[in-house]
Amino acid sequence: MTSETTRGPQEFEKVLADSATEVAQFELEDNNLLRRLHHFLHANPTAVPVIVLIISILMFGAIANNFFTAFNMTLIIQQVTIIGILGVAQTLIILTAGIDLSVAAVMMLSAVLMGNLAVNMGVPTVLAIPFGVLVGAACGGANGLLVTRFRLPPFIVTLGTWKIFFALNLYFSGGQSIRSQDIDQAAPALKLFGDSFQLLGAQFTTGSLLMLLLFPLFYYILNWTPWGRHVYAVGDDIDAARLSGIRTRRVLLSVYALAGALCALAGWVSIGRVGSVSPQSFFEGNLDAITAVVIGGTSLFGGRGSIFGTLVGALIVGVFRSGLNLSGVDVLWQQFAVGALIILAVAIDQWIRKVSS
Amino acid sequence: MTDMQPVMSARGLVKRYGRVTAMDQADFEIYPGEVLAVIGDNGAGKSTLVKSLCGAVVPDHGVIELDGKPIHFTSPMQARDAGIETVYQNLALSPALSIADNMFLGREIYAPGILGRVFKKLDKKAMHKQARERLVELGLLTIQNIGQLVETLSGGQRQGVAVARAAAFAKKFVIMDEPTAALGVKESRRVLDLIKDVRARGLPIVLISHNMPHVFEVADRIHIHRLGRRAAVIDPEKYSMSDAVAIMTGAMEPPAELCPPKVTAH
Repeated sequence: MTSETTRGPQEFEKVLADSATEVAQFELEDNNLLRRLHHFLHANPTAVPVIVLIISILMFGAIANNFFTAFNMTLIIQQVTIIGILGVAQTLIILTAGIDLSVAAVMMLSAVLMGNLAVNMGVPTVLAIPFGVLVGAACGGANGLLVTRFRLPPFIVTLGTWKIFFALNLYFSGGQSIRSQDIDQAAPALKLFGDSFQLLGAQFTTGSLLMLLLFPLFYYILNWTPWGRHVYAVGDDIDAARLSGIRTRRVLLSVYALAGALCALAGWVSIGRVGSVSPQSFFEGNLDAITAVVIGGTSLFGGRGSIFGTLVGALIVGVFRSGLNLSGVDVLWQQFAVGALIILAVAIDQWIRKVSS
Repeated sequence: MTDMQPVMSARGLVKRYGRVTAMDQADFEIYPGEVLAVIGDNGAGKSTLVKSLCGAVVPDHGVIELDGKPIHFTSPMQARDAGIETVYQNLALSPALSIADNMFLGREIYAPGILGRVFKKLDKKAMHKQARERLVELGLLTIQNIGQLVETLSGGQRQGVAVARAAAFAKKFVIMDEPTAALGVKESRRVLDLIKDVRARGLPIVLISHNMPHVFEVADRIHIHRLGRRAAVIDPEKYSMSDAVAIMTGAMEPPAELCPPKVTAH
């Protein structure tokens, strides 16, 4: 019954020894400019937003008066402070192939609680602020629980909690703003991130400095710690991540909770930026943050993107707003331009990703 | 029979899903240094058997012993911690991460000192070095850049990365689920050579496959599963592929004797 032919390579495989051994190579002449660009962008996804940012700065510098001044440049950074911080939170969520529509609601709820406790109820600021951050983390954690435990889609979960957190915000604030003078009197620390300082002839706020520092911090966390690598792995292919031994639920839950805490931090910064606590402000913060992330080249399908892309994305939005403003263009065209940018960014993302599928 | 102790053995495993019996008094042994192929028709229960060995399924009855000590896995992680690695059919790799990231996913190496302990900094240098060593050990020299993304690799190269990862961390044995199912002739050949390399390093392998020529080429013993239990264990040098298929499908009475483990293994 023994047959020698059943052991060892099959008859038809004998030709393999003579087969070509070099790795597949293709004619370079075939590589036209477009294809080379495609390849470059696939390897460097953040390059697109950087190019767009540079072009838009040059463009508005040429056509708008007073655009290219140190004052205007720092103003743009100040204007994107809140979007930037919310964008960091949103990037974490989108990297896991999720989305968080409740970021701005969490931010305002936390800000209202901080303000109410510190100004109206006389709680020491050193307690009111951590409490607000804790509430933000709890709101994010609630989103995360609904996503992981009850397996609900993040879009639906956060659409629901957006409304819920906004309702809570109105309940706790009674729809009333907390006035700037009252904050100055009772809890000036709430406006810590509104303080400004001079640097190289330009004026910065501590809030925008904090925002700018968050990016290298989260670059480190996402790229140099196991947790960061797990965030990418979970967003890329959650089943593969689970089989590789990653506790995917725990990673997702921590991402949502951390995003909530970051939104609360944005809430604190917003008090300094606006000067008061107004429950109705930053209504557009949600979509602006998503816009910054998407324009920054992070894929809505998860697992791909970089945190610095989000910073560039936020700056692009800021530059467009400021540039169109200084050029005297109607606000409606600013909206139009940002909308067109979003669609363009997603279209480019799809084009870049084609090589990988 | 030799008195060699199996690395892992199972007795009388039963698993029922409602009224469906997936395993009915199934037995199993894998011995040091061998490649044990598990074959069986679709629905014979071989995947339920293998899943209960790697912790993905908890059997209703029966005992599983690892090195002679009874164990009860309730999750794949416990089996992994015990030194049993599985190469899944879908490979369980993250395409957007690098080869090194994938190899150490879930068990990263921290940088020495305060950077690693407090700031949880990864030791990328060490991870790259070790990943490269593993790949070179298994003759996967075609992969030049360890920081390359997995999505840029071919199917065979991905399989290589998954096997290298399993071989690097397995202390007891490696389970491979259909490793050649999605591959072409040349790449299948490479994976079969890889299986032989892993065995040569003394690591036993449980190979699940439908590909008879591949099974007969690399297996030391063949476990034939039929109707939820072990029908036979045959020696590929004494039985032909058609015998194996006949036993598997019930066309031939299985031999009464189980094939003993080969002493040549170690």
